[in-house]
Amino acid sequence: MSKRVAIVGIGYSGFRTTSADLSYREMIFEAATKCYEDAGGIHPQSIDSFVASAEDFMEGISIADEYVPDQLGAVLKPVQTIAGDSIQGLASAVMQIKTGQQSIVATSAFSKVSNLSHYEHVAAYATDPAYIRPLNEHPYFIAGLEMNRYLYETGTTREQCATVVVKNKYNALANPSAVYGAKITIDDVIGGPLLSAPLGVLDVSGHLDGAIVLLLASEDKARELNDKPIWIKGIGWATDTPNLDSRIEGLGTAVYAKLAAEKAYAMAGITTPGNEIDFAEVDDTFSYKELQHLEALRLCGPGEAGKLLELGCFAATGDLPVNVSGGSLGVGYLHEANGLQRVLELVLQLRGEAGKRQLSGVETGLAFAWRGVPTATGAAVILSNRP
Amino acid sequence: MQEKVHVSGGTALSEQDVHSGEIFMTEDSLDCAFAWDTGVAINRYLTELKNGRIIATECRHCNRIMLPPRLFCELCFKPSSGWVYINDTGVVNTFSICHVHWDASRIKEGEKPYLPAVIEIDGASAGMGIMQLLGEVEPEKIKFGMKVKAVWKPENERTGSITDIKYFKPI
Ligand SMILES: [Zn+2]
Repeated sequence: MSKRVAIVGIGYSGFRTTSADLSYREMIFEAATKCYEDAGGIHPQSIDSFVASAEDFMEGISIADEYVPDQLGAVLKPVQTIAGDSIQGLASAVMQIKTGQQSIVATSAFSKVSNLSHYEHVAAYATDPAYIRPLNEHPYFIAGLEMNRYLYETGTTREQCATVVVKNKYNALANPSAVYGAKITIDDVIGGPLLSAPLGVLDVSGHLDGAIVLLLASEDKARELNDKPIWIKGIGWATDTPNLDSRIEGLGTAVYAKLAAEKAYAMAGITTPGNEIDFAEVDDTFSYKELQHLEALRLCGPGEAGKLLELGCFAATGDLPVNVSGGSLGVGYLHEANGLQRVLELVLQLRGEAGKRQLSGVETGLAFAWRGVPTATGAAVILSNRP
Repeated sequence: MQEKVHVSGGTALSEQDVHSGEIFMTEDSLDCAFAWDTGVAINRYLTELKNGRIIATECRHCNRIMLPPRLFCELCFKPSSGWVYINDTGVVNTFSICHVHWDASRIKEGEKPYLPAVIEIDGASAGMGIMQLLGEVEPEKIKFGMKVKAVWKPENERTGSITDIKYFKPI
């Protein structure tokens, strides 16, 4: 069980608001081809198993699992699909290697949200049919409730939330894969149209199509496939009760993030994450979520994230760069593929391949994904370029 | 045997109990629409069906003519080598005589059973075919390996769909 696991290949495609020229199969094939090429040109025949992360409703296919193999080169191979964020799928792939069951495992996720005519209907169908859905509200009202309570409990300000949007959209300008990059001001965010107050339109990340494929290998295979293996030091995930009105610590706190991260920290032997994590890609589906999650992940103290943000601590040039990729607010929202987008940025940074936005001297990074409203599920992974 | 089956106490719910509100149910219907990007391969396939032709792709690595066409060979994991037109004739690989509609309701008295079949198309690699219906044939006359040909909709009725072929009939 002590086997070390590394990411030895990365590939991605799409990262556009629409992708009408390609089917999801063709888009994933492109990402998989790039990933296998990145891993020394491995042929999928030599890959032991495959793990996809997907949600049937988002794809409009029941049992979307069955449509996974072709575009990954996984025909007649062990294939499974995790109905969760792709960091949960990554965890499954890691376990297959750690148990010794497999040596080389590919994991994938994609978004073709542009093919879904009314995302709101699918989102609404995620709420409880008996005691939430009859209220007939757009599910973003849940984000409004969370945000309001988080601001109330911590003293975080509306301006500080808007600063997250300004930062991430600015970071995205240095990321060629990010489509929502912009130079905007706090006033632009606060003065924009409201959705479910205090949440405004600009506090919400925009949808994106894209596919990401990662290749993982056990330590003995990793160095054969890539001379810059990126090591998985810790991984964890957790889910709170679905009851929106009786979450264990209420809607103001992201307990799922705390529990997921503590598992990952314990596995990685990290006791003071604020000192030991060099940079982080943290869920920012909504502006306030980045701050709420940073606190839950113990990357700063309770109620401190907003103030530290204003001091520039989480900027690309700060002590703890957060969402240097642009995050979901800057790159775009890839649904269950969000987690792998954050992991992808970690790998690029840890390899020193992040181009204009490359951070200097980074060794350990954390990626954290949340499954969006109305869920209370989060998954965290810690990566390092040191074994 | 039958009389020994014991049903525990109480009265079974009827459909009427549900509809009359005797028991609490919460109802809602899913309203979500999708428009799938067909992509390069299937887009060309459907476009050619509209033209009254069947097109496949070729993989020169494993020497397969692949139908329905795909942009990459799922076995070699290489991009396809090119497009090839193939015939609209083939042989029946397998078939079934369907006595129910898609929603599992039974076909009516006198209504003909549906005859779904896998047709191995002439010119495609062995074992590669398309799913279609059989027509102009009595169910009991269908044979494995029976030669068939596509019956197309008139040109002005074709929409770029697999239903541009009405069915395959014996030749
Ligand atoms: Zn081939």
